[in-house]
Amino acid sequence: MVARPPHVGLFVTCLIDLFRPSVGFAAVKLLEWSGCEVDAPAAQTCCGQPAYNSGDRADTRAIARQVIELFAPYDYVVVPSGSCAGMLHKHYPSLFAAGTAERQAAEALAEKSWELVSFLTHVMGVEAVPSAFEGRVTYHDSCSGLRELGIHREPRQLLQTVRGLELVEMRDSEVCCGFGGTFCVKYPDISNDMVEKKAANIEATRADLLLAGDLGCLMNMAGKLKRRGAPIAVRHVAEVLAQELSAPAIGEKPSSAKEPAT
Amino acid sequence: MQPTSHAFKDNAARALHDEKLQRALLNVPTGFVQKRARARDRLPEFDALREEGVAIKKHALAHLDLYLEAYERKVHESGGHVHWAPTAEDARRIIIDLCKDRGARLVTKGKSMVSEEIGLNDALQAAGITPVETDLGEYIIQLRGETPSHIIAPAVHLTRDQVEADFRRVHTTLPPDRMISEAPELVAEARAMLRQKYFEADIGITGANFLVAETGSSVIVTNEGNGDLTQSLPKVHIVVTSIEKIVPTLEDVSTILRLLARSATGQEFSSYTTFSTGPRRAEDPDGPEEYHVVLLDNGRSALLGTVFEDMLRCIRCGACLNHCPVYQAVGGHAYGWVYSGPMGAVLTPSLVGVEEAGPLPNASTFCGRCEEVCPMRIPLPKMMRHWREREYERHLTPLSYRKGLNLWAWAATRPNIYRRLASVAARALRLLAGRRGGFRRLPLASGWTRYRDFPAPEGKTFHELWKERRRHG
Ligand code: SF4
Repeated sequence: MVARPPHVGLFVTCLIDLFRPSVGFAAVKLLEWSGCEVDAPAAQTCCGQPAYNSGDRADTRAIARQVIELFAPYDYVVVPSGSCAGMLHKHYPSLFAAGTAERQAAEALAEKSWELVSFLTHVMGVEAVPSAFEGRVTYHDSCSGLRELGIHREPRQLLQTVRGLELVEMRDSEVCCGFGGTFCVKYPDISNDMVEKKAANIEATRADLLLAGDLGCLMNMAGKLKRRGAPIAVRHVAEVLAQELSAPAIGEKPSSAKEPAT
Repeated sequence: MQPTSHAFKDNAARALHDEKLQRALLNVPTGFVQKRARARDRLPEFDALREEGVAIKKHALAHLDLYLEAYERKVHESGGHVHWAPTAEDARRIIIDLCKDRGARLVTKGKSMVSEEIGLNDALQAAGITPVETDLGEYIIQLRGETPSHIIAPAVHLTRDQVEADFRRVHTTLPPDRMISEAPELVAEARAMLRQKYFEADIGITGANFLVAETGSSVIVTNEGNGDLTQSLPKVHIVVTSIEKIVPTLEDVSTILRLLARSATGQEFSSYTTFSTGPRRAEDPDGPEEYHVVLLDNGRSALLGTVFEDMLRCIRCGACLNHCPVYQAVGGHAYGWVYSGPMGAVLTPSLVGVEEAGPLPNASTFCGRCEEVCPMRIPLPKMMRHWREREYERHLTPLSYRKGLNLWAWAATRPNIYRRLASVAARALRLLAGRRGGFRRLPLASGWTRYRDFPAPEGKTFHELWKERRRHG
């Protein structure tokens, strides 16, 4: 471990910035608990995935350059999203030619970029959180976090330490929810078929709350559960780990901000 | 086969509304996926074996010309013939000439995706030659006048009831009270019908899972034994296959075979694995008098040295199809050509052009499950992304989409402007949502709201709140 508190640059994903700032604040709380000094540089926008996955390399590169420069001063870059963390960690270096200074800078950023929960467990050595939540919870493994970064055990391990929380596994927790960024608008029918299957598996657990580590997937599943009339709240895993439950669950009315007593 | 991949979206919509198809597709995750998982768990060295398999294929592709030449020499030495077919058209012509020169009227066929790729059955029929498929799945779809919907399970899109109905319709000798609802009964019924054909056939045509450079052998794996009868009973055996099936040695084949069966059907090994080396020799009890190999290129050598080279490692196990949630949702026919699922999404644009097959590499969430299970560790999502890049470069991506993307990227590289836009958007959406938690209908996101609510934002952006908090905190 580093002697002084690690200086963490929080990468606030564009979806969190726009739709659900509470996830960002939950992340800050968790990072501060674990002993980090956190900053969220204002000049950040997005990691560039929409351009990257649409085949637009030039724009992706321009965005990546900006992110690389902006986060260069930090010890770590922490992202409360598996897919954006995967973008920084796995894909940025591939945007630049081997042997160039840009590639080196991208690799340096990649090395210190982490998804939030795996950063807490692997780098900060967090084994438990001092939080409480009363209820049955199920966890969806978002694809990029699971397959690009190998995150599976970490969120479960920390959730087990939340007082009152009962973790139930859904069937096929590791199968895609059908979000896929632009996929859900390019192929709405197929995306719907996938999220219908996912919702059925979630409902079958009879959980009170669905968690995952990626806001895109969460909005997709929350929107579907709502449309099906399922009484299951949906939140980002960081909110429960940090006990930051003041915002209504995703897609819930602002007035229904009340949460089960903790 | 005429591709309809450009119509993927319509094909998919139809597939999603086809109740029988949807019922049939439920077997994919429960059958293949679970069986593979168990087979994999039973073999601790599975991943090590995978690395070996990948290395073998990489090596073979790096020296493809040398191994193909060595293979051709060996085939000649064993008394067989190799015919090079640069295009599908060439392959069809070579095969039809072989058939015509021998006065063939009836050919039996083992399952071969390459023969589907070149549209062989139609061409044979047009030349007055009757092809009879002998693999159960292929036999069924031939009865129905359909194309395969899966590279190892051609009739996976059908329910047992449908197959039973087809058999009762076509097999007029089938007693109405005989049960044929289970797979083994269906196999037996097809076998009984096919028995005579094996003897009557003038020529047997099979594919090849592997070609062995060291010995000049072709290798097929089946679970029904139909391939053996197809290639050993008629006087002439024609193997129609493609150049990337080559591996250097017999040892290599045995390594990859262990991966193939486990990845495909969750078996330790396929029921039948048959090596054919040349025509029958004087001391052989059976076998064909002539042995021909038609080696198809059809765009494959053009992939060497490109970002798509890795795709040539594919051993057609079908694991990526089985595990793909998009394939599971729409089935193989929606992809509009011979190869479907993730491997088809990469291979189809390579072979028929990205202009035709553009929708396929776009029909993926990049969930990565295909790459995770691929025994050959082919980075399928990465290659689909490469296709999207080619499309983008060639301006095949829809203009409105490109414009939107460029505009967004323009803002994303101007943080001050982006910040302001984000604040306005968050507030506007919050206002529009009113007291509701989300939208049941949102004009610009109708693809989303047709099926699910669109969660409303909290109202202020993270960065606004962060700034406020630091000012007050
Ligand atoms: S791409 Fe991989 S998983 Fe798919 S068929 Fe080929 S070898 Fe099997």
